[in-house]
Amino acid sequence: MELTGAQMICECLVREGVEYIFGIPGGATLPFYDLLPQYPQLKHILVRHEQVAAHAADGYARASGKVGVCCATSGPGATNLVTGIANAWLDSVPIVALTGEVVRGLVGRDGFQEADITGITLPVTKHNYLALDAADLPRIMREAFYIAFTGRPGPVLIDIPRDVFQQKAEFVYPEKMEMRGYRPVPQPDREHIDRAAELINESKQPLILAGHGVIISQAYEELRELAEKDNIPVITTLLGISSFPGSHRLCLGMPGMHGMYWNNMAISECDLLIAIGMRFDDRVTGRLRDFAPNAKVIHIDIDPAEIGKNVRPTVPLQGDAKAVLKELNRQVESREREEWLAHLEELRREHPSITIRETDNLLPQYVIKTIYEASKGNCSVVTGVGQHQMWAAQFFWFDKPNSLFTAGGLGPMGFEVPAAIGVQIARPGELVWSICGDGSFQMTLQDLITVTINDLPIKFAIINNGHLGMVRQWQHLFYRDNLVATPLKNPDFVKIAEAYDILGIRVTDKHLVEAAVYRAMEHPGPVVIDFQVQKDENLYPMVPPGAALQETMDLPKYEEERVVAHA
Amino acid sequence: MRELRKHIIIALVEDKPGVLNRIASKWRQRGFNIESLAVGHSETAGLSRMTFVVDANTDADQVVKQLDKLVDVVEIRDISDENTISRELALIKVKATAENRSLIIEIVNIFRADIIDVGPESLIIEVTGPDDKIDAMFNLLKDYGVVEIVRTGRVALLRGVASSTPGLHELAEEPFERYPEGETPYSSD
Repeated sequence: MELTGAQMICECLVREGVEYIFGIPGGATLPFYDLLPQYPQLKHILVRHEQVAAHAADGYARASGKVGVCCATSGPGATNLVTGIANAWLDSVPIVALTGEVVRGLVGRDGFQEADITGITLPVTKHNYLALDAADLPRIMREAFYIAFTGRPGPVLIDIPRDVFQQKAEFVYPEKMEMRGYRPVPQPDREHIDRAAELINESKQPLILAGHGVIISQAYEELRELAEKDNIPVITTLLGISSFPGSHRLCLGMPGMHGMYWNNMAISECDLLIAIGMRFDDRVTGRLRDFAPNAKVIHIDIDPAEIGKNVRPTVPLQGDAKAVLKELNRQVESREREEWLAHLEELRREHPSITIRETDNLLPQYVIKTIYEASKGNCSVVTGVGQHQMWAAQFFWFDKPNSLFTAGGLGPMGFEVPAAIGVQIARPGELVWSICGDGSFQMTLQDLITVTINDLPIKFAIINNGHLGMVRQWQHLFYRDNLVATPLKNPDFVKIAEAYDILGIRVTDKHLVEAAVYRAMEHPGPVVIDFQVQKDENLYPMVPPGAALQETMDLPKYEEERVVAHA
Repeated sequence: MRELRKHIIIALVEDKPGVLNRIASKWRQRGFNIESLAVGHSETAGLSRMTFVVDANTDADQVVKQLDKLVDVVEIRDISDENTISRELALIKVKATAENRSLIIEIVNIFRADIIDVGPESLIIEVTGPDDKIDAMFNLLKDYGVVEIVRTGRVALLRGVASSTPGLHELAEEPFERYPEGETPYSSD
């Protein structure tokens, strides 16, 4: 059957089970858009900036467990995708980005709206393609989805010149793929499994560090079995949050730069670290040379290049987290570990870390805790990047698997609006809270119109402290409180919401927080709440940049004002 | 920054546009200089074999693992510490007069090199060997006036019957050996 390149792409998208494409059309992709009405199963979500398309595909992929698809035209359309692609790269999210390109005869000749997007995205994609012949498209599309989704997931970009969209060729859908150089899932060594089980059985003070890999491989049950059977406490990295029930007696929350004080001490004291699907990011380890000085390390990761990158493991276990944990669980013996658990409990009791002080001021932590309590954690949470993101990670204890969606590796401000769009589309009946920073929100707020048009009942909670808060905090702590370019003169967020036909609520009084949160949840449509919180609230605990976990600055104790932490 | 040393890396890669760029990009990202690079068809259709010499610290190992992840890299291996044989070819254009021509020819003979072009005032010499041999010859010829030298960069193979790039399954397990048990689990800096 002879088809045009554009038809082939649509046929392949349908075969891959794609339902949504986030994008903006342009000259180079017009032949593709021209066809979309003939493929009603491919629903196009028009956004207002390509960065939003990529982040929305990212949020959609994380929430649905499928590959997210975004689409942009050549040149500026493609370059606007780059932040979102880089984010998916660092957070291991499967997305396929389709970009239009100038016609083949103009490629490399600085044609109008030409950018070498395969060159630009080379370091931030798992793989990318420049399709120069329509006959190659079925193979390229099939490989792209396979590469994006398998092994350690990641973004794949396909650049398609406009005349390749229009070129006719025989459509041959490949039955199988031949990629000699692609080996997505390594197998762990039998001996290493045995050795790891031995280490766990011998250990007196073990800890599990659970990362995003647990969520990607859906190893929730296996992780829980290991933890419960052996009474091993579980620390979840930022992206590992919701891989293990937050209210579980063995869950200790987040470690690292803004993690719980007790976790940073526990890591420093433990004799065995079982790291699962995490990559020892510098925000987790602090100064590497002093990280977990007494611990042997078992590192489970699907990506061989992660093993030994930052921390040399005593026992490396390459492989899919679920498969490796299953094997491991067979050999791990039951232990009580009363002393170790009691010691950690004491650390927790003695250190405030996430205590909220009693005050009439409107504190950001209080807002997030109220949302947590009102929703009973029964929702999906999306965040932007900054202080509010860390507070959301600290004060929300997620019980539902895969329910926090946050940009960990790249840390792109402006993630909260687009990712929430993707998450809500993937989970239509779900309550989605988007915790926003006032600075972060303004990087992508133009896409509130996408929220309105698509009837997405997302609840946006802007933690508005009138500053680029995280940067302000660093200026305060490390640059003599010299606040340069961090105070923000903000627009009226309620008016903005109303301009987009969204319910806007302003909260300046602590006593109205709860009412606003309930009002938002009862409202059937989207809501923007502008929480005008205390401007100079700092985020603790904190490991100063370059310092070791042992040097964690805990939340200052406010003795007379303390309320009970909920953890 | 740890001390740099030369790493000889051989790779079997898809013979497609952009592959070199992907590989070079990983070295560039870490600021490692590629000293030489030789690429040509391998014994398998559609695959090229590359030999590159890189000035890198111990992180070269990390980069090799990342390169192994590239879809277009079928096999890759750092053979710096293995029993290898490597050769390089150079063409050297040297000034030659009637008086010193015979002296140059003597050097050429000692190095088992060939004269492949003779002009009224110059010679072009072809020499093959390990890179130190080429360096030595170049140093001797400098006194006569080297106009130009061009070097192919090293090509290398493992000695013996073993393939320089072993089968996929062997390779998948290999990284474990690089992290022997019993050592302290962390690098010291």
